Amino acid sequence: MSRSGRLDDAARDPIPFRPFSPGTQPPYDAPAYLSTRARHPARPLVTAPHTVTETTGPCFTPSRFPALADISATDGRAAQGERIIVNGRVLDEDGRPVPHTMLEIWQANAAGRYAHLVDQHNAPLDPHFRGVGRVFSDEQGNWRIVTIKPGAYPWRNHANAWRPNHIHFSLFGQGFAQRLVTQMYFPGDPLLPLDPIFNSIPDAAARDRLISSFDLETTQPEYALGYRFDIVLRGRGATPFEDGEHR
Amino acid sequence: MPTATASQTIGPYWHLLEEKGWDDLTRFGPVPEGAARITLTGVVTDGDGAPVADGCVEVWQADPPASDDFLGWGRAATDAQGRYSFTTLKPGPVPGRGDARQAPHIAITLLARGLLKPLVTRAYFAGEALNDTDPLLAAIEDPARRDTLLAREAGDGVWQFDIRLQGEGDGRAETVFLDV
Ligand SMILES: [Fe+2]
Repeated sequence: MSRSGRLDDAARDPIPFRPFSPGTQPPYDAPAYLSTRARHPARPLVTAPHTVTETTGPCFTPSRFPALADISATDGRAAQGERIIVNGRVLDEDGRPVPHTMLEIWQANAAGRYAHLVDQHNAPLDPHFRGVGRVFSDEQGNWRIVTIKPGAYPWRNHANAWRPNHIHFSLFGQGFAQRLVTQMYFPGDPLLPLDPIFNSIPDAAARDRLISSFDLETTQPEYALGYRFDIVLRGRGATPFEDGEHR
Repeated sequence: MPTATASQTIGPYWHLLEEKGWDDLTRFGPVPEGAARITLTGVVTDGDGAPVADGCVEVWQADPPASDDFLGWGRAATDAQGRYSFTTLKPGPVPGRGDARQAPHIAITLLARGLLKPLVTRAYFAGEALNDTDPLLAAIEDPARRDTLLAREAGDGVWQFDIRLQGEGDGRAETVFLDV
């Protein structure tokens, strides 16, 4: 794009990101998750055809946003709890790797308490666990963090409500419309069927893809269990046999 | 081929990500010649009129073009009164689809507890001539709704853009949110 006002073709008609598949994303209004009641828009959204605003996005670099890939220790002192390695790939819907993209992660400690003032759960804080990390995917979209398995924690959504063990993830991808904030869960968690946030996603297969898998290949002897979590961002362009225009 | 990973709420504890200065998009370099530093600020309220005090507001602008001195992106937390504030550079017009020209705007992503996926909107600048021909603004028929996308100059270089998540109960219009 030029500042003189001469518009080049790539900026004028950028390739849009694809619409989400029906049922694979949660709704704004999910009555079982009480906090959505007063926070969901009541009016229909207005469709915004993708322009340079939606198809481009910030470029985060490790020089300005330093990576912190091992949060299982602070100042050389190991945090309490079960050390784990979590890794995976960032791909798009066509299976192409999303390289050099920033992933932010945050989580509760092993006891189920966040190092956050608002969290008043009566579980111990751990001076050696802050619970925040940042990594970048490599050329093939691979990323990896070392952390502590987070504990379950209570919340006040309903009687005896507990969040399943989870790690929060934030990704930016390659354009504004590819932004993703999600949560990774653990296999076999008995709290998953009871959790309104997890179950807000209508499509069962889409839901289950938020559950990481235990991975013996990632697991390191005498060190840590490994989990795998692949993340898929929206693809670009029309799905096959569809016309080029975005919705 | 798998579909895009499902969104989940950012929750009430996302502030662990917060870093000083991320609300100042001009922090990496000097203000370029011809650009103007502005403040974009506003209050986020819910359907009860209560402040959204735990929100994460992110801004992105394609103009001025990103450079080593200007990332074009920022993040701010809402305070107890629901207020967010950014320091940035006033954007100029950018290309739209076809031969269209888009009026100057800043794209906004709002993430919070109670939002299972992001809410996206745009802050345009009241008084810009191009607002009358902007394709997105033109697609919103109701002028009261269209007005929710206009930031108002509230002082020298200070632009006020309030975000209303839901409802018309107390006379304030729900902000137009975008399906992007
Ligand atoms: Fe959480």
